[in-house]
Amino acid sequence: MTASTASTASAASTALTEDPPRARGRRGRAGRAALTTLTWVVAVLFVFPLVWMVLTSFKQEADAYTDPPRLFFTPTLDQFARVLDRGFLPYLGNSAFVTVLSTLFVLLLGVPAAYALSLAPVRGTSNALGFFLSTKMLPIVAAIIPLYVIAQNVQLLDNVWALVVLYTAMNLPLAIWMMRSFFLEVPKEVIEAGQMDGARLPTLLLRVVLPVVAPGIAATALICVIFSWTEFFYAVNLTSARAGSVPVFLVGFITSEGLYWAQLSAAALLASLPVVIVGWIAQNYLVRGLSMGAVK
Amino acid sequence: MPDSAGSGQWSRLPLLVLVALLTLTGCAGAGALGAGGQTLVIAIVANPQMNDAIELSDQFERDNPGVRLKFVRLPENQARAKITASTATGGGEFDVVMISNYETPQWAANGWLENLQSYVDSSPDYDAADFIPSIRDSLSYQGSMYAVPFYGESSFLAYRKDLFEQAGLTMPARPTWQQIAEFAARLDDEDAGVAGICLRGKPGWGESLAPLTTVVNTFGGQWFDQDWNARLTSPEFRAAAEFYVNLVREHGEVGASSAGFSECGTRYAQGQAAMWYDATVMAGTNEDPASSKVVGKSGYVAAPVQQTRSSGWLYTWALAMPKVTEHKQAAWNFMRWMTSKQFVQTVGSTFGWNRVPPGCRMSTYAIQEYQRAAQAYAQPTLDGISEADQRNAMVRPVPYPGIQFVGIPEFQDLGTRVSQQLSAAIAGQISVADALNQAQQYAHTVGESYRETR
Repeated sequence: MTASTASTASAASTALTEDPPRARGRRGRAGRAALTTLTWVVAVLFVFPLVWMVLTSFKQEADAYTDPPRLFFTPTLDQFARVLDRGFLPYLGNSAFVTVLSTLFVLLLGVPAAYALSLAPVRGTSNALGFFLSTKMLPIVAAIIPLYVIAQNVQLLDNVWALVVLYTAMNLPLAIWMMRSFFLEVPKEVIEAGQMDGARLPTLLLRVVLPVVAPGIAATALICVIFSWTEFFYAVNLTSARAGSVPVFLVGFITSEGLYWAQLSAAALLASLPVVIVGWIAQNYLVRGLSMGAVK
Repeated sequence: MPDSAGSGQWSRLPLLVLVALLTLTGCAGAGALGAGGQTLVIAIVANPQMNDAIELSDQFERDNPGVRLKFVRLPENQARAKITASTATGGGEFDVVMISNYETPQWAANGWLENLQSYVDSSPDYDAADFIPSIRDSLSYQGSMYAVPFYGESSFLAYRKDLFEQAGLTMPARPTWQQIAEFAARLDDEDAGVAGICLRGKPGWGESLAPLTTVVNTFGGQWFDQDWNARLTSPEFRAAAEFYVNLVREHGEVGASSAGFSECGTRYAQGQAAMWYDATVMAGTNEDPASSKVVGKSGYVAAPVQQTRSSGWLYTWALAMPKVTEHKQAAWNFMRWMTSKQFVQTVGSTFGWNRVPPGCRMSTYAIQEYQRAAQAYAQPTLDGISEADQRNAMVRPVPYPGIQFVGIPEFQDLGTRVSQQLSAAIAGQISVADALNQAQQYAHTVGESYRETR
């Protein structure tokens, strides 16, 4: 990400300085250096809290609280042992289950919807789009009591399926909007050519449209994964002992009495690893996907 | 990379990711769907003593075959919200919940909790008479216990004996706030990075308002008078608030408006404060070599007073049983186990005597090992809790239960908003008078609804 920002930025600076050759060389270089520095500063600023979390996770609790903060210390794996000792795996399993299923459902429902709202516009397209977006306008907290009572009545309290349903609903509007913008970029000619060759709708979708918008779908899926993985409010209110997800496990380390920063950092590091790994594997596609659609 | 070339490769990628995640999900089924036999779900506040209890809980499972325990541990605020929602709606998620003496009488009156008196009475070896009376009363409603205490606390003052000696000062056994202010002024040493006193300033009804309200009480102030008139702009309340805000602004810790129990504790344990007025459980952290640089350097005295005999607060985390609990006997067996004399012994011999849950049972204070381990603070803690009673801590009677809180449901919201005003005053953004005028309006609205329903 840093590298791509830097190269985009330096390209922009070169384009801006249309001066005589010699001056342009010197000034261009200075400008580029300044921009590179700025990029680094911004990058470090963003990365610093994460680095600090990683550092803290290898400290003893007492070291985590020193003032001034300590950069050098004897690293320890104690905190990770404690986190795993507390039964991290069931929570990890619940989170993975909910994240994968809800993302899958979002794609299953979202791809056809996005297609219908872009390449094969149906009646009332803009109304439908507006409606999808409007479902995001109510703050979650305003709906939580009704949701809680409903979940209680249909026996879905402390059940992973409650989260699957809610996360699907939560991500669907965003996914449809995102994917629609990707679908809109599919050249009409490609579809027409497919139709000329006699492809029916399923073939057209699977063989012609999907390969073109695949980066966009991957980017959308990744965003759904991240949102589901990090969602806390529904999870803490609707789950307890059996269906708790990773964020709920995380806050269990926060206490109003006693020291907890090192343990919490270790738990947070473990909690973020899966998403970091998925994100790292998919980063090229993600960047391409994000720069392809309207979400730039 | 052209689209056509890349698409083949990478359309497999999401699939790969999904497969990887689904493999991980293999264990989700177990975690999500399991639970045969009798499973007790226990909602608990994630404090150190509670974590110790969870670690020891396999002993209970061993002694009670067929009963499995599942714990939900959350930080105080989330736990409170979640337990309230579940208990109030009869959600039945929890068989045992951890609540405080703030909730217990209210929830008992609402009929949300199981009356525990018959369980207590039918367990003679449990010895409920051993509970410190003030704690037991605070968990009772109409003479019956509705929750059993796991640990209890009052508030008192820690001071650095070495710094006092250096300055030639002597701490009286029952200091007044005026004396404390003078000591703080003398010991405040900016160059050495030592604040005169640490006081909470972080907004929250359970944060800054707790110590502040005890100061208000002993200055003769009150939140509401007997007719539910809000009294936040009375001369006594104002004098107390101004005293507290000025003391912490002039001789308190840096960044006081965002300092709560943990922040003050860190500062004091690092040797950055000469005094600290807070919950009695702080002594455990101060005297723990793993987290403190001032072990053995502190003395502990009763909460400072002004016009009353004592002023310490009373707080307890206790176990209660929602009415809708299905496994009532198993739930009681667990509650009995976690609040028994035997449990105290088990914690002491397993984790060390300084980790024993304090402030509930008088017998704990008679254990020799505990007396040795907690020599500096055991007696002041017990005294503080025993004396914590509205009759000792307030000048005038009030229509609500609670010392450092107003025992009505509206107080969570009211207290938080009032504390935000006072934190702003501590930060120097508004004057104490402005803060109290605003706070008085909030309180007036609440008081009005009680006047109407009377």
